[in-house]
Amino acid sequence: MATLLASTSQSLLLPQPLALDSGQALDGVTIAYETYGELAGDKANAILVFHALTGDQHVASPHPITGKPGWWDRMVGPGKPIDTDRFHVICANVIGGCMGSTGPASPGPDGKPWGMRFPVITLRDMVRAQVALLDALGIARLHAVVGGSMGGMLALSLAANFPERAARVLAIATSWRHSAQNIAFHEVGRQAIMADPNWREGDYYGAGKGPDKGLAVARMAAHITYLSEAGLTDKFGRRLQDREAKSFGFDADFQVESYLRHQGIAFTDRFDANSYLYITRAMDYFDLAEEHGAKGKASLADAFAGATARFCLVSFDTDWLYPTAEARAVVHALNAAAAPVSFVELSAPHGHDSFLLEVPALDRVVSGFLG
Amino acid sequence: MTRPTTFGLRPDLAVIATHVKFGSRVLDIGCGEGELMEALQSQMGCDARGMEIDPEAVEKCVARGLSAVQGDANRDLADYPDHAFDYAVLSQTLQTAERPDLMLDELLRIGRKAFVSFPNFAHWRMRASLMWNGRMPVTRHLPVSWYETQNIHHVTVTDFVRLLADKGVRVEQSWFFSGERELGATGANWRAEYAVYLLSR
Repeated sequence: MATLLASTSQSLLLPQPLALDSGQALDGVTIAYETYGELAGDKANAILVFHALTGDQHVASPHPITGKPGWWDRMVGPGKPIDTDRFHVICANVIGGCMGSTGPASPGPDGKPWGMRFPVITLRDMVRAQVALLDALGIARLHAVVGGSMGGMLALSLAANFPERAARVLAIATSWRHSAQNIAFHEVGRQAIMADPNWREGDYYGAGKGPDKGLAVARMAAHITYLSEAGLTDKFGRRLQDREAKSFGFDADFQVESYLRHQGIAFTDRFDANSYLYITRAMDYFDLAEEHGAKGKASLADAFAGATARFCLVSFDTDWLYPTAEARAVVHALNAAAAPVSFVELSAPHGHDSFLLEVPALDRVVSGFLG
Repeated sequence: MTRPTTFGLRPDLAVIATHVKFGSRVLDIGCGEGELMEALQSQMGCDARGMEIDPEAVEKCVARGLSAVQGDANRDLADYPDHAFDYAVLSQTLQTAERPDLMLDELLRIGRKAFVSFPNFAHWRMRASLMWNGRMPVTRHLPVSWYETQNIHHVTVTDFVRLLADKGVRVEQSWFFSGERELGATGANWRAEYAVYLLSR
């Protein structure tokens, strides 16, 4: 039996209200996080890993609800590319999430769940919360900040907004802004949730039943965007599910249907529908150029004007959600800002999800870049 | 005169590594696995960046702690701002470019100066091979047959000098080699297997 990686589950109550991009402030913010590996005496060996949309702080330890291994178990651990024998790895649940950090399911000022009264947050707000965590931990400068997908956006946001806080920035399968297509897919998911009668305008927490059907459909639609067409064909083709012939009905005749239904239902066991609304909204609002450019003259290079870190961007050739061109735009901006940057497009069959799966070249790039 | 091996580099790269200003900013286009960049950083205190089309080579650069961007020099040099570097380096790549003349313009746009090295197609072995065999030469320096070579724009020392003159590019310095051996400039278009030029506008 594999030995479980020792991790420490902790949570921090921020001492100050968190100022948000919307102009509001969020009081009494809790941040739930996990750490792995020893923090060195000089606190210079810390690596912050940002999770993706539906990820959480359990990067390399079993998920408390599903019992499945951590979402990046293959990347983080002793002797692994993010080596916990050398580095102190921190992974925190984003605010707006549902795994212990303050989000729409948390109690609001009146003691009842926030629901849709929770303020709309941005990726930069999530970063601010985690920088506050670093402050509390006494970590002035990270050895590296690492993330894939939304995690990569958070890593880039940290580099742009808190340039002194990380010496290395590794952003994988990600982008500098959400495109119209990205927003469109998210809107399908949100509408599926809000069309579920059990959503009740977000006030479902005491009702015994949440908008599981809507959330499952949202997950199904999103899941397609994480895979490549070739990957789906390879895995399922037009094969039928446990039957010899088409049923001439609307059962899950095809394996791919059955797979997606399963993915959707399983997701509702571990994720809060309102968190899905808030986090997808935050991603849709993300545009590093707009945040940092002068009004009407958005320039991504301006976002990195004060950059002091080394950067590494990785894209995958089959990722159509955040394609290589988006990573190249970041590289272009970093070149313009004269920041040291590496970039590689890796070949992998799995589409956007490649960053979570077995891609040996990714392991080599990650361990090489982290040094 | 055999040049002493410098930093364990190929002779044309050694010339470049020993002639950049200490502490300068260098873009190595077609940087391979980063041999030159590593020497520039460790020996010359340079801020070296690379561009390389082969993802596995880029991966090796990253693993060495170097900054390399996967890209196609025919297209992606446009991503760099004007005079972002003190030097742009193009070693043994010009003859593979879609448009060597335009790439030369890009080098001198991105870098204040440019090092360019290329194989000389008018070397006497080449001439002899064509003359006596009537076949496209396969030599120790250009060992690949015509149908699979990446060299799509064969160039001679004289052709290159003419192109520079047409473009108004100034030659700051030039070096010529036969194998590991450095030659004088006399008869270079016959005698040199490859040449290195330091250029500016």
